[in-house]
Amino acid sequence: MMFFKNTYNEFIKIAAKPRSYIGLIALSVLIAVIIFAMKADGSTYISFVTASFEQTLSFSGDIMNGNLIAFIILQMLIVHIPLLVALVTGDLISGEANMGTIRMLASKPISRSQIVLSKFTAGALYTLLLTIWLGFLSLYVARWIFGTGDLMVLTSDGLIIHPESDIEWRYIYGFLTAYLSLLTVSTLSICLSAFAENSIGPIVSTMAIIILFTIIGTMDVTVFDTIKPYLFTTHMAAWRSYFEDPVPWDAINESIRILIYHNVILVAIALFQFNRKDITS
Amino acid sequence: MQNTPIIEVNSISKTFGSFEAVKDVSFQVNQGDVFGFLGPNGAGKSTTIRCLLSLIRPNTGQIKLFGKTFTSNRAMILSKIGSIIEKPDFYKYLSAQKNLEIFARISGAQVSKKQIYEMLEFVGLSGREKHRVKGFSHGMKQRLGIAQTLLHKPDLIILDEPTTGLDPQGIIEIRNLILRLKTEQNKTILLSSHQLSEIELIANRMVIINKGKTLVEGTVSELLNQQEVLIVLDVDSADKAMALIKDRFPSSFPELNVRGQIELTLRKNQTASLNRELNKAEIAVSALEPKRKLEDFFIKIIGS
Repeated sequence: MMFFKNTYNEFIKIAAKPRSYIGLIALSVLIAVIIFAMKADGSTYISFVTASFEQTLSFSGDIMNGNLIAFIILQMLIVHIPLLVALVTGDLISGEANMGTIRMLASKPISRSQIVLSKFTAGALYTLLLTIWLGFLSLYVARWIFGTGDLMVLTSDGLIIHPESDIEWRYIYGFLTAYLSLLTVSTLSICLSAFAENSIGPIVSTMAIIILFTIIGTMDVTVFDTIKPYLFTTHMAAWRSYFEDPVPWDAINESIRILIYHNVILVAIALFQFNRKDITS
Repeated sequence: MQNTPIIEVNSISKTFGSFEAVKDVSFQVNQGDVFGFLGPNGAGKSTTIRCLLSLIRPNTGQIKLFGKTFTSNRAMILSKIGSIIEKPDFYKYLSAQKNLEIFARISGAQVSKKQIYEMLEFVGLSGREKHRVKGFSHGMKQRLGIAQTLLHKPDLIILDEPTTGLDPQGIIEIRNLILRLKTEQNKTILLSSHQLSEIELIANRMVIINKGKTLVEGTVSELLNQQEVLIVLDVDSADKAMALIKDRFPSSFPELNVRGQIELTLRKNQTASLNRELNKAEIAVSALEPKRKLEDFFIKIIGS
């Protein structure tokens, strides 16, 4: 019962903080900019991508539709959204230490584990809200402006065209998997927050870890090959796999498993740290 | 039931790295006590208070609250405690009312909005309930802290420097509030303060700690009455009076202070005879007053 009450408290705190709206506003502005750019000069962008296929394929119909715009938006923004997530979730525990409210919170009849789990739950729901907002703007607003149609996707194997009737489920699964990736970022930043007493440290550390892991993941060095499959950043683009043909279900399931493991381990670390911590702030 | 122990601190110690913040501190607070918790800065008061609220775990020793340890009774114990630790900090971006709602929700008691409004009125913050705490003065935050402490009607109230930053009127109000909580509601109050006069006025028992160790513990009246009284004497002829005092009260160590007054230490029952002797010697006494007893007692204990 106390857990639910405190989770509700956490929502109130998140909703009242101005920084919580930065992510939503930033997403709206970024998507508006991409949509504007595509509306203004999208045909040049599309012909650049399709140029190499024009000798062997002829394109009929409106390739540049809402489904393609959504795919482009997702590809462009999925790298940047972790910062918007960490901006809010990285502050959830350390922000309380920074303000001094942590000692008032921890001296109430609620267990420390419940405090931490409430924060993870609130962080997860904020991340879900951000993902839904991203989905709504990129998919539904883009479809409203550009109309709908078949989806043309360029993969490492070539060009794939998904018929309009075969797209919706790919996006639903894609967004769910993208949410799991962002949730891992949220969990990582909350975990780091349990070790810090200031707001900025966990946010910067989260981004530093993502950048470091991404660099390791892209470096073609044998020594990193053994750890690459276990880095969560390797699996952050798993959402794209739903747009391949055939869908590599085994690889997707592996990515989901690794991301879930990361979440469980990070929550456990945060619980351990916060429970053993002396609150001196 | 006055001797029912509410807080039992038995030989607790706490180290941070190589720094020993608390070394073998013990004391007991009984039901209905207003218990003064004294010590200079860095004495270990805040660490001890944090141990009482399970914010810090002592390395050794045992703490019992309401006869129970934190091991399996943490929630029950903390639901009976209201506290301000060091300074009341709130969510600055939320209103006073929202802050109280947040803390009330996890206080372990059912607190209605009406009670929140009543409490805000009680601490003199009515009309400011919708204002963000960001714009509150330190004194207003202290009042809000008191409101947060009392909201769930706790049996034990722990106040760490509750009058810091308050104006004289605010200090009197808090003092009266503490006395009312004791007399009308029989609350047990642990009060840590640098305002020794406050402790002297409202506490019935006290402990003094320094460098992490308990120095003395007992009732305020017993501890202060056992001591000698420092007298400040204003007379028309200081030289004549000094000679007389050195002759009749040789162990009183009289000294002239910068205002030309004589300061001396006497046993409490010697004060009347000093006055008699001065009158007999025709020395006009315009003032004979004891200085703040606790202040001197505190300095003496800490110094020793």
